[in-house]
Amino acid sequence: MAEVAIGTAPPQVRVSLRRLLDERQAATLLIALLALVLVVIIALPLWTLLSKSFQDANGGFVGVRNFAIYFSTPTLFASLLNSVAVAALSTAIVVPLAFIYAYGLTRSCMPGKGLFYAAALLPIFAPSLLSALSLLYIFGNQGFLRQLLMGASIYGPIGIVIAEVLYCFPHALLILVTALALADGRLYEAAAALGTTPARVFRTITLPGARYGIISACFVVFTLVVTDFGIPKVIGGQFNVLATDAYKQVVGQQNFPMGAVVGMILLVPAVLAFAVDRLVQRKQVALLSSRAVPYAPKPARGRDLALLIYAAGVGSLIVATYGMAVWASFITYWPYNLSLTLNNYVFANAEPTGWGSYFNSLAMAALAAGIGTALVFTGAYLIEKLKIFPAGRAFAHFLAMLPMAVPGLVLGLGYVFFFNAPWNPLNVFYGTLTVLVVNTIAHFYTVAHITATTALKQIDAEFEAVSASLKVPFWRTFGRVTVPICMPAILDIAVYMFVNALTTVSSVIFLYGAGTKLASIAIVHMDESGTIAAAAAMATVIMATAIGAKVAHLVLNRLVFERLQAWRKR
Amino acid sequence: MTEQPFLRIERLRKRFGAFTALKAIDLEVRRGEFVCFLGPSGCGKTTLLRAIAGLDPQDEGRIEIAGRDVSHAPPAERDFGIVFQSYALFPNLTVARNVGYGLVNRRKGAAEIKRRVDELLALVGLPEQHRKYPAQLSGGQQQRVALARALATAPNLLLLDEPLSALDAKVRVRLREEIRALQKRLGVTTVMVTHDQEEALAMADRIVVMNHGVIEQVGSPAEIYRSPATAFVADFVGTMSFLDATVAGPKRIRTGALDLVCNDDRGLDAGTAVKLGLRPEEIRVRDVKPSDPNAVTVQVGSLEFLGAFCRARLTPEVKTAGPLVADFSANLMRDLNVAEGQRLLIALPPEALRVFATAAQG
Repeated sequence: MAEVAIGTAPPQVRVSLRRLLDERQAATLLIALLALVLVVIIALPLWTLLSKSFQDANGGFVGVRNFAIYFSTPTLFASLLNSVAVAALSTAIVVPLAFIYAYGLTRSCMPGKGLFYAAALLPIFAPSLLSALSLLYIFGNQGFLRQLLMGASIYGPIGIVIAEVLYCFPHALLILVTALALADGRLYEAAAALGTTPARVFRTITLPGARYGIISACFVVFTLVVTDFGIPKVIGGQFNVLATDAYKQVVGQQNFPMGAVVGMILLVPAVLAFAVDRLVQRKQVALLSSRAVPYAPKPARGRDLALLIYAAGVGSLIVATYGMAVWASFITYWPYNLSLTLNNYVFANAEPTGWGSYFNSLAMAALAAGIGTALVFTGAYLIEKLKIFPAGRAFAHFLAMLPMAVPGLVLGLGYVFFFNAPWNPLNVFYGTLTVLVVNTIAHFYTVAHITATTALKQIDAEFEAVSASLKVPFWRTFGRVTVPICMPAILDIAVYMFVNALTTVSSVIFLYGAGTKLASIAIVHMDESGTIAAAAAMATVIMATAIGAKVAHLVLNRLVFERLQAWRKR
Repeated sequence: MTEQPFLRIERLRKRFGAFTALKAIDLEVRRGEFVCFLGPSGCGKTTLLRAIAGLDPQDEGRIEIAGRDVSHAPPAERDFGIVFQSYALFPNLTVARNVGYGLVNRRKGAAEIKRRVDELLALVGLPEQHRKYPAQLSGGQQQRVALARALATAPNLLLLDEPLSALDAKVRVRLREEIRALQKRLGVTTVMVTHDQEEALAMADRIVVMNHGVIEQVGSPAEIYRSPATAFVADFVGTMSFLDATVAGPKRIRTGALDLVCNDDRGLDAGTAVKLGLRPEEIRVRDVKPSDPNAVTVQVGSLEFLGAFCRARLTPEVKTAGPLVADFSANLMRDLNVAEGQRLLIALPPEALRVFATAAQG
């Protein structure tokens, strides 16, 4: 037994954390802390919103009276119908459009797929209202194509629907591409062996396979439209919808209970969409066995050409619309003086905060990305990998999934009511950068949490067991092994947080203070005061920054990361 | 054995929701022993191993390691090394850092750690692989690294959770011989979980056969194979043909119209319904005389070619409860020129006939 000395005691050198705190106590404490943080940033604001909708202006409980007033006030109730109509119409237009586009990207051999994919994703990198600003230039009172509307006005439902279709297109596309990419090639081979016609293959294999994706896309788009604030604000004119009502009730009339009621109504489609999405995802997973062979499309000239023309048409429409706003932001005085200028980028001319709001946005996005990524990933690790305190982990997981069902505007309302409440000691943060950062992290928590959880599920489940057997505390293995392995996912989360923090309008519109106005809010204000070119310029700056962050991410992944992660190579 | 057992398990119970994974398990493992937990999936063998490690604590019962009650101790306070089927090597750390992972935390000097890592890599037959990453090694090599990592901190108990199941057949056989040799050399008490009976027979000092959360039998490989306590053990370890039968009298068994003599009737009363078991290789074919005990004329049914031997289904000419399975060596096939449909006189040796009470059938 010369090789292995049995039972040697570790030398006692210095007091470590281990000696002060048992590993299990530390784990329990961390999980409890995570749950507490999520309660404060997610559960309590929502609870405040909920209770506010059942109170009068002085905080007395009035039951469903606010709801009764809401539904018996014609102007308010009309907004609900308007929202539903606009959302239904946008959904009916965007889902088929995105489906054919996604079909081209996944099921054909058309060239330039990467380019078309990137073109379609463009709206994700801009605030939603940028598409509306572009439409003002194209179809507005001074628009060069306004004759196409045959006398109808772009201000109102037409403008909202067109802008929402553009804005929602990539969101629907991402879901449908995922749904169509998941296909068992053997089903198609079996159909071909049986001599099935392409139309029948499409009807009996392709559509049923993508059906859950289609349902999911419908709900997601419907919710996005109902809860979007930026587009109806810019192009809605006198056409009131739920999201603008909420803003008017809270910011304009200081009628908090009625704002809370509108918030609760906005919550309905989102919660429904969330429930359907969960249900659908469970089924989608069961659709593909681990032995499925991925489907690889074979060239078919006619089909590929048709899809190429379609994708080129839709893709260039998107790029042209967004490009329109960018171009307009450099124009001296639309439409009379088309010479190029940088004057519109001197934001101080249009808005008192000037470039300050942009730097506020940058700071906010950077903090949300940094702090949010650390919180989300550590939280997902605690929930996914530790075996202790199952009730606490389940509760934290539930809270982490909750923001998915809460539109930004509703969360923003909850934050107003919670962080502005006189009884709340945290109200010192109201109007500060802190509350904006916290709100943004909470708003985008779920997608980041799912990304982190997926990455964590892919790594060996026994690392924690191995560390325990080697008497290495879990936090050491977290730092030395788990984080380095998950670095790509961590970067994904950071970029996701950063881009969304830059572009979001709806949740932060209620929360900014005198010194913390964000660029996306400045755009709303510049549009309100009629300096549309400056608004387009600011939106362009944001879009350029978001795209820059994404490109930096891709380059970083390609150049630096692959070298650092030599261990991935065989 | 008057010596204190190294590992003692008493009345261990574990439930997962409505499913009972372990039902009052009692077990003792001696110091330096190599014990295999053997059973089909879902029998509770892995649950028992993880309870010993403290990874999935039991609901009730006591676990004692080296005389110390560790029933409620966290894994870090239990002194064991563990190797998993998935290897669970840290992919972003080199082989040397993986092996030294548990040493770094013990505040040893860099030189001491390096010496120890060298020693262990040499021990598992992987010298000169320090700088490689796990993904650059074969499955067998990765499992050796995992073994070295588990042994690095010199634990008194080594736990192996299906360590060979993910490997190719040839690598599996070689590595199992090496693990056994290493275990003997180090004298470290070892518990291995496996569903592969051949692996358990080849490696273990003692085998613990489990089914449905209970221990069916504990014994040396020879005991388990030759004298299975229950029909489940007999069926799970090796191959056995079973016939429904009744006890006809002392050491006499009747199946269908066939009367047989057996050496061990387990003291069952005449008329008791039993299962009669016989291993395929025990059936005698050469030089059988009609006067031999339990001589039976059979017809050869299907013949299944399995390389070194043929598996034959034999139907006795007298009515029985079913066919018998026999393994004929290539030699025998040639000498007797056995073919399907042929009549053969065979003998069922009384000492090879096993009688199982039907209630014990799991």
